[in-house]
Amino acid sequence: MSIATIFEIVLAAVVLGLGIWTIVVRETYSATVGFVAYGLLVALIWVRLDAIDVALTEAAIGGGLGGVLLLGAAAQLRDSEPAVTDAAGNAVRVCAAILSALTAATLAGAVLVLPDPAPTLAPAAVSNAWATSLANPVTNVLMAFRAMDTMLEKVVLLLAIIGVWSLAPDSAWGGHPGPRHQADPHGVLVFLARLLPPIGIVVGIYVLWTGANHPGGAFQGGAILAAMWLLAIMAGLADTPPVSSRRLRLILVAGPGLFLVVGIAGLLFGSAFLSYPPAQAKPLILAIEVAMILTIAATLGLLLAGAPERRTGQ
Amino acid sequence: MLPPAPAPDAATTTSGFLLVLSIVVPIAGVLLAFVLGGRYVRLVAHTIIPFGVAIAGAILLALPQNEGPLVYLLGGWPPPLGVALRADGPSAVMLATTAIVICAVAIYAAADFSVPAAETRAPFAFWILLLAVWGALNTIFLGGDLFTLYVALELLTFAAVPMVSLDGRAETLRSALRYLLFALLGSVFYLVGTALLYGLHGTLDIVLLSRRVGAEPAALVAAALMTTGLLAKSALFPLHLWLPPAHAGAPAAASAILSGLVVKGSFFIVVRLWFNVLPGLPGFAATQLLGALGAAAIVVGSMVALRQERLKLLIAYSTLAQIGYLFLMFPLAYDASGRLASGDALAGGLLQAVSHATAKAAMFMAVGSIYAMLGHDRITGLGGVARASPLNVLAFALGGIALMGVPLSGAYLAKDLLLRSANENGQWWWEIVLQAGGMFTAAYVVLVLAHALAASDKPIALAGPTSRIRDAAPLVLSLCSLLLGLVPLGLYLPIPSDMTSSLFGPGILSKLLLPVLGGVVIAILLSPWPHPLASSTSGKAIMTGATRVRRGSLALGYLVERTDEALSQWPAASMCLLLLALLLGALMCVAT
Repeated sequence: MSIATIFEIVLAAVVLGLGIWTIVVRETYSATVGFVAYGLLVALIWVRLDAIDVALTEAAIGGGLGGVLLLGAAAQLRDSEPAVTDAAGNAVRVCAAILSALTAATLAGAVLVLPDPAPTLAPAAVSNAWATSLANPVTNVLMAFRAMDTMLEKVVLLLAIIGVWSLAPDSAWGGHPGPRHQADPHGVLVFLARLLPPIGIVVGIYVLWTGANHPGGAFQGGAILAAMWLLAIMAGLADTPPVSSRRLRLILVAGPGLFLVVGIAGLLFGSAFLSYPPAQAKPLILAIEVAMILTIAATLGLLLAGAPERRTGQ
Repeated sequence: MLPPAPAPDAATTTSGFLLVLSIVVPIAGVLLAFVLGGRYVRLVAHTIIPFGVAIAGAILLALPQNEGPLVYLLGGWPPPLGVALRADGPSAVMLATTAIVICAVAIYAAADFSVPAAETRAPFAFWILLLAVWGALNTIFLGGDLFTLYVALELLTFAAVPMVSLDGRAETLRSALRYLLFALLGSVFYLVGTALLYGLHGTLDIVLLSRRVGAEPAALVAAALMTTGLLAKSALFPLHLWLPPAHAGAPAAASAILSGLVVKGSFFIVVRLWFNVLPGLPGFAATQLLGALGAAAIVVGSMVALRQERLKLLIAYSTLAQIGYLFLMFPLAYDASGRLASGDALAGGLLQAVSHATAKAAMFMAVGSIYAMLGHDRITGLGGVARASPLNVLAFALGGIALMGVPLSGAYLAKDLLLRSANENGQWWWEIVLQAGGMFTAAYVVLVLAHALAASDKPIALAGPTSRIRDAAPLVLSLCSLLLGLVPLGLYLPIPSDMTSSLFGPGILSKLLLPVLGGVVIAILLSPWPHPLASSTSGKAIMTGATRVRRGSLALGYLVERTDEALSQWPAASMCLLLLALLLGALMCVAT
């Protein structure tokens, strides 16, 4: 048995254990911590499966920003928690456990009987890379072969922002999302918020740029930029922009907007909606990705900041 | 339907660009309205809507000229690598219905969500979400790829959920959260099924999959998971815990969209899945299970509806029953060849979806106006409202009559088609359910009208002004539903040509009276609320004769209401979800 196999077995066991811990543990806060660790380890599994793009996204969303969001929610729920525990009786728990176990077993069975090697479109995606002159097949799938899905997903992100904003009290509409953070100017948070963003921004842009030929791309890069922005906000070095800001709104629609414009140009002047002329494919896709990284960073940051709650100056 | 033509994916058809436009135009509206904000939000929506209607109309005109479906290959990439949009008859009909309902709701909501000089929260969100719902639904009707349909479902969910809590009350926030969580649970089920299908066949294109899919165990698991997820999003009994509070709590215009259109999105994907992707897979037992759930939805939804004190909740519960009615098409489409046939039953089911979309949207809007005028929507307090607001009561009545299935209406044609396939396939038990469905619908319409038409001893205090244009929108919509039988739908749906002539045949009177009379009896037996007529002398004479029966049926109604309450708890509903997935999988497994 090679070291890699032992590592994989240990990894799988820990992930399973963390999953069970997350479900079994009573306290929301502990469950959340378990879930964040679970997300990071699942990212490692993706690395072992050679799906680096998925791993980066899982680490950024499942472990990183999702974790921050859940921890924030758990902290707010802490006071009301005793009221909701033990709502279900033992009979209900046993039934739920049996049904879940049966479903999981069926799913596992279905996955095990899938054909091996799996039928895949990966060779087709690689052999058609000439159309964009980008070497990363994942980027090609996202930006060319299934560009429509990617564009619509960005619209989903925009709708999520509208959904979060719509929870605001009417009087605070147009104001800044979330509370204004204050931190000790000589504390460690402010120190990190001054130290990390320059590095993080470079890394984020690098992840975007390298996404053309290697694992990476707008989503992963955007998540890193969003984390840097949030760090500055939490340290009180920056404030969230008011939701009425025209510039903010332009940034939030930049990604899907440019995607749509390029798509319609393809419909009018090119061969099809969302088709790129092979000669200009790379610059066009890069332009869309630059717009998308801004949109994604702003969207993820604002999703975490929450609904507008105060007018300017409050 | 998507016929197994030699090479339907080979190329984009001439009018294929219309399919792109019908998705892109509303989406562009969403982005534009978001950036401009303020006073321009409603203006953008009202500018986009005529274009959207024109595009839907153009697709409706272009489809019959084309042999087979309209196709557009996005980016020029043919499936399986790329994604195709396809419009067949059902897509075209649903596109047109959506356009009409959106248009009517936009006219109705113009005053409710007017935009003052400074931007305010609710109108800003409403108009953007309205366009987003439209774009999402059009993607669902046209998407030729199961993953694109997933993205469209997400788009639809995230557009629909915030609509529930537009008024910002804590109670509606709770309903919206319930809706969001359950809908996301449904999404996960659908997505897992999609992943299994890709792992099995290396494509998610509907046409390619339909040729490759066989009765492999993984395909059965995938089908069961995807179907269950979609049922959760469509609120088929017993997965309905989120629907009544969400649909009843939302503002009237939003309720009309949620009840009329949004639930049809996931329903349409179930139809795609069962009729186009894997018609040979489900087998007899699984289709019967879907039908049985539909029948249970009709009985429980209607009985609980009749016990509601508030009109909006009554309509929300009636939606539950109508959704059940839609699922009766699945057992009826299962014919002797062991496959789901795209024939009478499919046409009947889709027609019913169209009738319900138009009629229910109209009813929610009419009730919204009545609510705004009276300041409440208690059914027992509706006396005299017919005189104060005749147009709205008329719109409600016409919508209800259309749904009962009176001749000329779409629901009538739908019922006839479904009855015919029940007869052909020898599944007589569904005939009883179909007739009962019509009677239950009649029951709550009669109940509401009986209260609304009753004279009031005290004058009605009007809480708000009315406007003619606003009142016209629900009226026109309910007329659409009522006269749907006259539209030449045979071009788009597999309706036999002798159906429309039977509209004017003999026996029409009995078909008209049967549901109404049945409905009256049910309403008297099951509604616990006192009616002014019941206290008159002749009313008393009838009531004393029927007291014992009525007491028994009221007790039964109470029992059903308790059952519904128990099923609307989170643990029960989530366990139903898992149980249903397992059951569907097991039944399909047995069938193959």
